This record gives sequence, structure tokens and C-alpha cells, in this order.
Amino acid sequence: MSVASVNGKREWQRYDGKQGLLRWVLWLIGAAVFVWCWQKISAGTEWSFVLDAPEQGADILGRMVPPEWSYARVLLRPLWDTLNMATLGTMIAVVLAVPLAFLAAQNTTPSAEFARPFALFCIVASRSINSLIWALVLVMILGPGVLAGTVAIALRSVGFIGKLLYEAIEETDHRPLDAIASTGASSGQIISYGVVPQIMPVFAGIAVFRWDINIRESTILGLVGAGGIGLQLNSSIGNLDWSRVSVILLAIFATVIVSEWVSASIRKAVT
Amino acid sequence: MAVCHLHLLKFMPSLHLEKLTKRYERTGYDALKSISFTVEPGQIIALIGPSGAGKSTLIRCINRLVEPTSGKVQWGDVDLVSLNSGQLRRARRKIGMIFQEFALVDRLSVMENVLSGRLGYVNFWQSLTRRFPQKDIDEAFRLLDRVGLSEFVDKRADKLSGGQRQRVGIARALMQDPDLLLVDEPTASLDPKTSRQIMRLIGELCRERKLTAIINIHDVPLAKMFAERIIGLKDGALVFDGPPDQLAGEVLTRIYGEEDWEEAGQRALMKFVQVGDGVPVIDNDRMAGLR
Amino acid sequence: MADSSPSVGRVWTPPPLIANATLRWIILIGTVVYLIAAFGTLDFNWQRIAQGWERGQRFLGGFTPPDFVTRGEAILEGVLESLWMAFAASVVGIILSIPIGVCGARNLVPQPIYMVCRSIMAVSRTLPEILVAILFVKLFGFGTFAGFMTLMFATVGYFGKLLAEDIEAANQAPLEAMRAAGASWLQRLNYAVQPLVMPRAIGIAIYRMDMNFRESAVIGIVGAGGIGATLNTAFDRYEFPTAAAILILIILIVLGSEYLSTFCRRLVR
Repeated sequence: MSVASVNGKREWQRYDGKQGLLRWVLWLIGAAVFVWCWQKISAGTEWSFVLDAPEQGADILGRMVPPEWSYARVLLRPLWDTLNMATLGTMIAVVLAVPLAFLAAQNTTPSAEFARPFALFCIVASRSINSLIWALVLVMILGPGVLAGTVAIALRSVGFIGKLLYEAIEETDHRPLDAIASTGASSGQIISYGVVPQIMPVFAGIAVFRWDINIRESTILGLVGAGGIGLQLNSSIGNLDWSRVSVILLAIFATVIVSEWVSASIRKAVT
Repeated sequence: MAVCHLHLLKFMPSLHLEKLTKRYERTGYDALKSISFTVEPGQIIALIGPSGAGKSTLIRCINRLVEPTSGKVQWGDVDLVSLNSGQLRRARRKIGMIFQEFALVDRLSVMENVLSGRLGYVNFWQSLTRRFPQKDIDEAFRLLDRVGLSEFVDKRADKLSGGQRQRVGIARALMQDPDLLLVDEPTASLDPKTSRQIMRLIGELCRERKLTAIINIHDVPLAKMFAERIIGLKDGALVFDGPPDQLAGEVLTRIYGEEDWEEAGQRALMKFVQVGDGVPVIDNDRMAGLR
Repeated sequence: MADSSPSVGRVWTPPPLIANATLRWIILIGTVVYLIAAFGTLDFNWQRIAQGWERGQRFLGGFTPPDFVTRGEAILEGVLESLWMAFAASVVGIILSIPIGVCGARNLVPQPIYMVCRSIMAVSRTLPEILVAILFVKLFGFGTFAGFMTLMFATVGYFGKLLAEDIEAANQAPLEAMRAAGASWLQRLNYAVQPLVMPRAIGIAIYRMDMNFRESAVIGIVGAGGIGATLNTAFDRYEFPTAAAILILIILIVLGSEYLSTFCRRLVR
């Protein structure tokens, strides 16, 4: 913003010359990059398929309704498996993530040279790989089934829970910690009396939040053979059984909404 | 009365600071410049000075919440600065500390906060499961009675008022059965009336237990009221050391700089004048402390 | 004062984590019952799991050393594809989500419009991206366009919702002042809403771009282009050293983009 005086009149502009120019250049670069990206995408696209899409969509939709409601009974067991993968996976992740978080947090780490980088590396590696890719790898090692899915969920969640938790630990109020240290307490006691009570609500919130995300993720792990409702989805799509696909999609939708509601109300209760 | 006699008979070491220096390497800031003084057993000292003078750093260097750069903290026959971390923990058990913003663990109950004063004496497993020896629990109840919080034992600390929270802080420090009490601006977060009650309580408890105490306090009238000796700090250096009655106007000017002390005194006076029904009422009891 | 005091011998029980006793027991028993039921119905293939260790070792052996070279061209192409897919989807997604987000703010629009926009966002957020990708691959054919559409759809739900919540949480007084000054709806938006939510919105936008890249590594598995497709091919052909190389690249790029996004967000703030 600038006020310039020209011929005794005061003029007001939102940005002065340099700022304005810089903004235009940035916008121009952004637009150019976008156009370039778009050309790349467009070059790799069979446009006749895309133009065909509304027809295709209408066709699939037409086969989806009416849903084959009786199929819902078969889905109960896969849904239970899905729930178990998410819940057990979250539990394992919590058990692994808590010590990692204490190793990673600047104010509780026993050694900033070794333990902290190690913990941070574990957290980052776990976080950058999506649970579906974890599942892809684990199915090859452990064989298809619920176990691979559970471990995949756990491995992905360790990083998520670990990161949020160690940030919470670093944000704790240091004054009570000083006070407890001044009584001659050991570092374990400082953590159990000073840090743990402070992060308890945050911790519960993070765990429940991740559980909610895990429910959503475990519905699709079956696509790569890791158990749960995704298996049924995969085979129904493979068989072009669209009236079953719609039932499965509705089931997934309902599960996700219920878990979101449960997680939201638990989080509201603990904080 | 047995307990009181025990306190009288207990051997009390003296505290001697020698050329205590704290320099923050990163900023090159000298927080403490070669401070030396001796505190006799049972003496109550007030540490005064403007904010930034190094008062908090000084008392934190004594129990090494802040690591001094050089110098000695001689406590009886040990130099606290030379201790390794295990020895320091054992030494800290006998040094109680009371904090400016109470420094309670908000989500723990009053009792747990008070019992945390005993952490140096119980092992990790006992403290994790909250299984303290019955004599510690007895002592905690006794202290909570003494500071007037017996009804709040199972309340969470963040449910209490400021004055009550500082009482919990006092009980926690005394729970250590300390020989030395470090008190960091105990009244900075309290209103004037509560401030005086808290200072009186600290003073009484120190005398009951013959504790050596160092009290940081920015409120000069309160310092004169409750301490038998006053040490003035300015820019990390010791500029005054003497009894309260020597703390005259020009000394305060030396400590606090060119502030008009007549006016400041008036302001301090006004703190103790209450306005009731639009008519100023002077509270004589409170005024007494200013003389 | 000493041992005759009534405080001696008083018992103190540590406060439980959950104050309400009924709730405490319900949660405890519920957890136990659930765990029994869950473990009772899990059909783990123990034989296969017993082999898992050995297989895992062989697998890891197959992974090392990572091979960046043999399929170097395909990997590079996959990464670039993911990058521009993510960028284009973020740009279009954010542009689309601005009107939807604004109309999902309770304080700016009438109830029916609010409901419509909120449901669009809810659907987009509830469906896992990979499912959307499967549908879009069916609709638009294999390749980056399906991926682009998927990420765009996800961006609308995510960005729109956060934008709407920000607008609702922003200070309402300037809005009132603008209305009092006789500003039109668009003018009010420009003067009383945009300046308040802009900094955070930019932060969210950058973060979403970061997320889109991460997601692009996954949706390729079902045929929506990008590095995920390359990874899937590598697994299908049992070219594990190449797969390992791709995984390492994904980790590095995600790390890099995360640092970049934190840096940009700090810059904006």
C-alpha cells in the first residue's frame, strides 16, 4: 500500500510499483506452469474416452440401481474385519508410537545425537508411505489377509501418531517440569508427573482421530489383497457386478460416517 | 511439639555464593556478574531489583535449573556446581522452590501435586503407581491443613484460584522437608491482598521450620516487611546488601534507576487504600507494612 | 501438632483416569469383550506368518540394492507425471472449491445453498480417494486425466471445508460494518472476508498440494497414472530393486515437499 504525492494531489494505490510488478510476475509464472502441466496431461489423454464419459457414467449408474440389497448380508463379516484391521492397527501403532515420540521430542529425548535422529527417521519413513503401499509390500511377505492389513495400518499410523505426539510433548508448559525437577525427581519421574498429565487429552484425541482415518483407509486395503470389504469391492468391480458395487459403496459410506461421528464425539468428551 | 523441636535441633548448613557468573554464550549477555554473598542458617533474604536484573537467574543457578557459567555455590561442605546429575538430584531434595506462576501440573489433583515434592525419595515404580509411604501421605495432609486447603485434596489443580494454587506450590516445596527455600516472585500473579497473605504464610513457615530462604520479589514494601536482609541486584551485579531499614530513597534509585521515588511511594501507598462507597478508606493494618 | 493430629493414618487413593465409575467399567469391560471377539474371529494363516520372517528376509534381499538405473527413464517420467498431475489438480481444485467453500459458510448464504455445498464437500471427503480413482478410471480410461480428476475432486472437499470453517470462525464485525456501509455481497466478500482468511487459505493450499503429490503415488496403483503406476508395474514384474528405488524416491520427494510447504507457509505468515 502506498501513498504518492503527484502534483500536490495525493494518490493511493494498493501496492507500490515494485510490489505490484513482483505479484504480476509470480502470477504469470504460476499460470505458465499450469498451462504446461495441462498440456502434458492432455497429451497423455485419449479425449474420445473422456468425451464418452457421461454416457459411460450413465450406463454404470443405470446398472448400479437398484442395488442388490440381499448382498449386504454377505458384507457383515468383511465389515467386521475392516473394523478390526483399523482398531487393532491403531492399538499397535499407539504402543509403538509413544516411545518413539518421547525419543523424538527435543525436551525428553535421552540423546540428541543418536536417539532423536533415529526416531525422527522412523516417523518420517512411516508417514511418507501410504498404507496401501505398505499393504502391497506386506501382502507379499505375510500373504493376503487381515494380518497384512492390520500391520499396514499400524506401520502407517506410527508416523502420524508419533509426529503429532512429539509436537505435543515439545509444546508442554516447561514451568511445571522445572518445578518437578527442582524437587530432585529423576527424568522418568519428570515425564510421568510433568509431561504425561499435560499431553493426556491431546494423546487421546490423536489416537481416536487416527482410528477414524484408519477405518476409512482399511476399507480399501482389500484392493491389494489385505482383507476387509475392499476384497469384495475388487471382485465385484472385476466381475462388472455394479449392483453389488453400489451396495458396497453405500456400506463404506455409512461406516465412514459412523466412525467420524464416534471419533468427533469422543474427542469432544476428552478435551 | 516434637516436630518443632526436631526442626530446631536439625543441623542447618549455610549457603555461600562465590563469584557466581552466568553468561549466555549465544547472545553474549551477562545475566550474572560475579555475585558473592553468604546466607546464614535460618536467614530470610529478599532479592530485589528491576526486571531483567538477574534475580530469577540467580536463584535458578543455586539449584542449577540454570547452569552457571562459573563460580561456586557452597552449601554446607559441598559445591553444588561441581555435582554430577545423580548427586545434584540428591542435593535438590533438600532445596525447596516456590514459583512465580505456581508451576503446578494443572491436570493432577492437589494431593498429587503436593506428593510430587517427595519424588526424589521414592523410586520410579512407586511414583508411577502413586504408592507413596503412609508417612508422606500423613505429612501431605498435615501441610494441606496448615496452608488451609484440607477441603481441596482431590480437586484438580486448575480448578483452584491463584492464591490457593500458590498454597499448593508452598505445600509441595515444604513436602521436601527442605533446609533451603528458593522463592521466585511468589506474588507476581496475585492481587495485593492475596500477595500479603501468601508472603505472611511463607514467612511464618520459614520461621517455624528455621528455614534459610531467598525470596525474589519486585515489590519493595513487601520485601521490607518480610525479610531481615535485603540484597539489591542491578544488571546482574550486586549493588546493595543490608537490613531493610537502610534501604532509603537514594539506594532504591541506585537499584531501580532514575524513577521518582516519591511518586512510586505514593503509588505503592495507593495500592493499600481501598475505595469504599466512593470514599477512600485507608486500611491501617496494610499501611503498617509500608513504614 | 505431631502424631496426635487427625491427619495421621488418613488414607488417600490416587484419582482414577476416568472419574465416572460406571463409565470406567463400561469402557474396561467393553474393551476386553471387543478384544476377545476380535482375536477370536481373526483368521490368521499362522503357517504363512511363520514363513513370514524368512520371506521378509528374502524380500528385503530382493530389494537391495535399489536400482535407479534400469528403469530410470520410466521412473523419471512417473515422478514428473505425478508432479504435474498434483499441481494441475491443486490449481483447478482450489479454484473450484472457492465458490463452494464460500457458499458452505453459514454466515454468508441462505440455508438451502449452504446444505447443497456442504453435502458436496461431505461426499468428496467421505469417499476414499482410491475408490474415486477406480470410478474415474472406469469413466475416463487409464492415465493421468483420471488421476487429475480424482485429486481435483478430493481437493474440493478438503479445501472447501477448511475454507468454509475459516470464514465462519473469522471475526464477524467487519462483515457487519460492510453491510452497514451498504456494500454488495461480492464487495462484502472482497473487503470483509478475503483479507481475514487469505493467509491461512494460502497455507492450506500449499499443504493440499503437498498432500496431492503424496496421494498421486497411490492412485496410480489402480491405473490413474503417475509414479504409483510405475511402482505397480515394478511390483507386477517382480522388479524389486526398481520398486525399492521408487519407494526411496517417494520418501525423499515427500520429505522435500514437506519442507518446502512448511517454508512457504512460514513465508506467507
